[in-house]
Amino acid sequence: MGRPLLVVENLSAVITTGRGPLTAVDGVSLSLDRGEVLGIVGESGSGKSVLARTIMGLHCSDPRFALSGTVKLDGRDVLGLEPSQLRAMWGPEVGMVFQDPMTALNPVKRVGTHLVEAVRKHQQVTRRDAVGQALDLLDMVGIPDPRRRINQFPHQLSGGMRQRVVIAMALANRPKLLIADEPTTALDVTVQRQILDLLDRLRGELGMAVIMISHDLGVVAGRTDRVAVMYGGEIVETADARSLFDAPRHPYASALLAAIPSLKGAPHQRLAAIDGTPPDLVMPPSGCRFAARCDAVHDDCRVQPPQLIFDGTHGTACHYPVNPLISTASNTSGDT
Amino acid sequence: MASANTVQVRHQADAPSGGASGASAKSGAPVLSVSDLVVEFPLADGQVVHAVSGVSLDLADGETVGILGESGSGKSSAARALMQLPPPTAGSVKLQGKELTGRRGAALRTDRARMQMIFQDPISSLNPRRRVKDLVAQGPRTWGRKVSDDDIREVLEAVGLRPEVVWDRRPHELSGGQCQRVSIARALMLDPQVLICDEPVSALDVSVQAQILNLLEDAKKRYNLSVLFIAHDVAVVKNISDRVMVMYLGKVCEVVPSSKLVEEARHPYTQLLLASVPEMHSSSSGAGSGVGGSGPGASGVSDGQGSATSVGSVELPSPINPPSGCRFRTRCPLATDLCAAEAPMLRDLGDGHLLACHHADSRHAGSAGRGEG
Ligand SMILES: Nc1ncnc2c1ncn2[C@@H]1O[C@H](COP(=O)(O)OP(=O)(O)OP(=O)(O)O)[C@@H](O)[C@H]1O
Ligand SMILES: Nc1ncnc2c1ncn2[C@@H]1O[C@H](COP(=O)(O)OP(=O)(O)OP(=O)(O)O)[C@@H](O)[C@H]1O
Ligand code: SF4
Ligand code: SF4
Ligand SMILES: [Mg+2]
Ligand SMILES: [Mg+2]
Repeated sequence: MGRPLLVVENLSAVITTGRGPLTAVDGVSLSLDRGEVLGIVGESGSGKSVLARTIMGLHCSDPRFALSGTVKLDGRDVLGLEPSQLRAMWGPEVGMVFQDPMTALNPVKRVGTHLVEAVRKHQQVTRRDAVGQALDLLDMVGIPDPRRRINQFPHQLSGGMRQRVVIAMALANRPKLLIADEPTTALDVTVQRQILDLLDRLRGELGMAVIMISHDLGVVAGRTDRVAVMYGGEIVETADARSLFDAPRHPYASALLAAIPSLKGAPHQRLAAIDGTPPDLVMPPSGCRFAARCDAVHDDCRVQPPQLIFDGTHGTACHYPVNPLISTASNTSGDT
Repeated sequence: MASANTVQVRHQADAPSGGASGASAKSGAPVLSVSDLVVEFPLADGQVVHAVSGVSLDLADGETVGILGESGSGKSSAARALMQLPPPTAGSVKLQGKELTGRRGAALRTDRARMQMIFQDPISSLNPRRRVKDLVAQGPRTWGRKVSDDDIREVLEAVGLRPEVVWDRRPHELSGGQCQRVSIARALMLDPQVLICDEPVSALDVSVQAQILNLLEDAKKRYNLSVLFIAHDVAVVKNISDRVMVMYLGKVCEVVPSSKLVEEARHPYTQLLLASVPEMHSSSSGAGSGVGGSGPGASGVSDGQGSATSVGSVELPSPINPPSGCRFRTRCPLATDLCAAEAPMLRDLGDGHLLACHHADSRHAGSAGRGEG
C-alpha cells in the first residue's frame, strides 16, 4: 500500500508545570496505514490525549509544550507547519472526536450552523449546497429526521445524538485520518455500541484510517486492527489486536486484562487488582516505569529502562515478558 | 401530582407489607424494605419528571443487590430517596423495620444512621479543606462520639490505606482511588448495616476499580454489610452482586440472581444491555454491519429472542412524558399493542427471578402476574 499514512518517530511532549517539566509523552514511535484502525489504551494520565493532540498539531503553538521527534501525516511534517497550514489540514486531512461532545459544540449555535461552517471552511460551495451536505451528513451518522434536527440546538439533543453530530462535523471534509479520543466514554453502553458500530461503518465506507483512544479495553478489542498500550507516557506493548488480547507479553498489559471483571465469570470472583499507582511524570523512575507495581520485577528492571523490541509486528518493552515468544512469530502474523 | 400513570404503576408492586416483589434471596427479615417508591420532580412549567415510578425491593441481611440501568433510568433518584435526600414523593422505606419516610430532623438522622451512602465522584464528595484523619472521624464526632486515633488507624487499614502516609493529607493530595477508600472509611466509621454505593467505581481506572471492588467484598464480610450497588457496567454489577435489578425509565424491568444474569435474563431491555457489552476476546475490525445491526459483537449472549440486539438509534424517551404501558416499548423489538395499552406486572418466575414483560417467554411458566385484574 505504499508509504504509511502516518509515521510518528520518537515523539516526546514535555509540559511546563508548577512542579517542573512533566514528560507526558516520552519517545513514542508508531505508524498507521491508510484505512487502518489503531487502538490506544492505557490508564488515566498515561499520555493518550497528549499524544493524540500532538499528532493533530494542536500543541504546536503552545509555549508550555516542548515537542521533539517527528509526526509525518501523508508525508507532511506536522510539527513544522504554520498555524494557517494546520488549520487547512484539520478537516480534509485529519478530523478529531473528543470524549465530551459539548467541547466541540457551541451551545448557542444550531446543529446545522456547525455543519455548514465545517463544510464551508474547506469547500467553496453556496450556503444552499452546504445545507444539503449537512443534511446528508446527519443522515450518514444515523440521525433520524435530519430536517428537524438541523434547526435544533445542542442541548436539545441526547448525548449520543450530540456525539453523532460531532462525528458528522469531523467527517464533513472526508479526512484521511480520524482521531477519536474516548468517543464513547461519556455514553451509555447501548449508545456506545451504536456509536462504535457507526464508526466501523463509516470507516469502511470512507476508507479512512482511525486512531481510537480508550481506557476501556473492551471498546478497543474487536474494533481495531492493531493496539498500542501506553503506560507512563510510553508505549509498552503494541501488536495486532488478537495477539495482544489473547497473549499479552508486557506484565502491565497482562495485569490490565486480568483486572477487568468478566461477564462470563461467577459473581464475587476476586479480581486481580494492580496495586500501587502510576508513576509521577515529573519525576519518573529511572528504570522500568512499571517496576514499582510489577509482579515480575527483577533488580535490573529498576536500573535499565526496557526498550520497545519487536518480534515481527509484536513490540514489547519489558526485560521479562509474560507469554514470551519461543520464536512462533509466524503463527500470529496471519491477518493484518 | 399523582397522574394516572403513577396510579397504574402502583399495581405493579405488591402491598407494602409483603414486600414480595422484592423477593429477597435470603431468608429472615429484610434489613431494608422498599415498597412502591415513587420519586417525582415538579418542574417550573407545571410538568413533572417521573424519575422513579413504583420500585419495590427487599435487601436481606448480608446481601448485595446491584442496580443496573442507563443514564436517566432513576438509579440515583431512587438511592437518594432511600436516604430521604430528598424524601420520596410516595412509598415506604423501612430500615430494620422502622419507617423512614415522614421522619424529619433529628429523628430521621437517628433512624437512618445505619444506612450510609458513597458517591461516584470521590474527590468532590469530600470536603477539600479537611485532612484524612478528620474526614474519617467526622461522622461519629457529629454524633458527639469520641473517636480515638486508633479507631481511625484501624478503619484506614481496613480500606487499604497506610495511616502514616495519608493521615494529614487533604483530598486533592490523593488519587481518585484513594479518595474513594476514604469515602468508604468514612461510611464504615458509622457502623452501617446498609451501604448504598452510587457508581462508586465509574470514575476509576480498571486497575483501581478492581482494588475498590475487592475492598468492598472484604468490608462486606468484615462489617456484615448489606449493599445496594448502583452502576452502569454490567460486568461490574454482576461481579459484586447477589441479585441484579434492572431499571428503565423509573421502573423495574427484571430482578435476576447474578449467577443467572447472562444465561437466564429475559427482559428485552436486559438483553439489549447484555448484547451491548463490548466483548474482550474477539478481535479484528470490520465487525460493524451497520447502525444497530446485530453484528458479531452481539453474539455470546444466549438470547432466545436475538432480535433485542437490533435496536437502532432510538434513545431514552423523556421521563416527563414516559410512553404509555411498558416504558420500554419505543425501543423494544417485541412490542405489540398490548404493550402500549398496559404496563406489564412484575411477575415472580421463582428462584428470585422477577420479570415485567408481556411477551418475553417464561420458562418457569405458570406464575401468573400477581395482583392482576
Ligand atoms: N495542559 C496540561 N497541563 C499540564 N499537565 C497536563 C496537561 N495536559 C496533560 N497533562 C498531564 O500529562 C499527563 C498525560 O495526560 P493525558 O491527558 O494525555 O492522559 P490520558 O492518558 O489522556 O488520560 P485520561 O484517560 O484521563 O484522559 C498527565 O499527567 C496530565 O496530568
Ligand atoms: N432534581 C431534579 N429535578 C428534575 N429532574 C431530575 C432531578 N434529579 C433527577 N432528575 C431527572 O430524573 C431522571 C432520573 O435521574 P437519575 O439521576 O436518578 O438517573 P440515573 O439512573 O442515576 O442516571 P445516571 O446513570 O446518569 O446517574 C432523569 O431524567 C433526571 O434528569
Ligand atoms: S521490565 Fe521488569 S519491571 Fe518492567 S514490566 Fe518488565 S518485568 Fe516488570
Ligand atoms: S412488555 Fe412489551 S414492550 Fe415491554 S419489554 Fe415486554 S415485549 Fe417489550
Ligand atoms: Mg485523555
Ligand atoms: Mg446516577
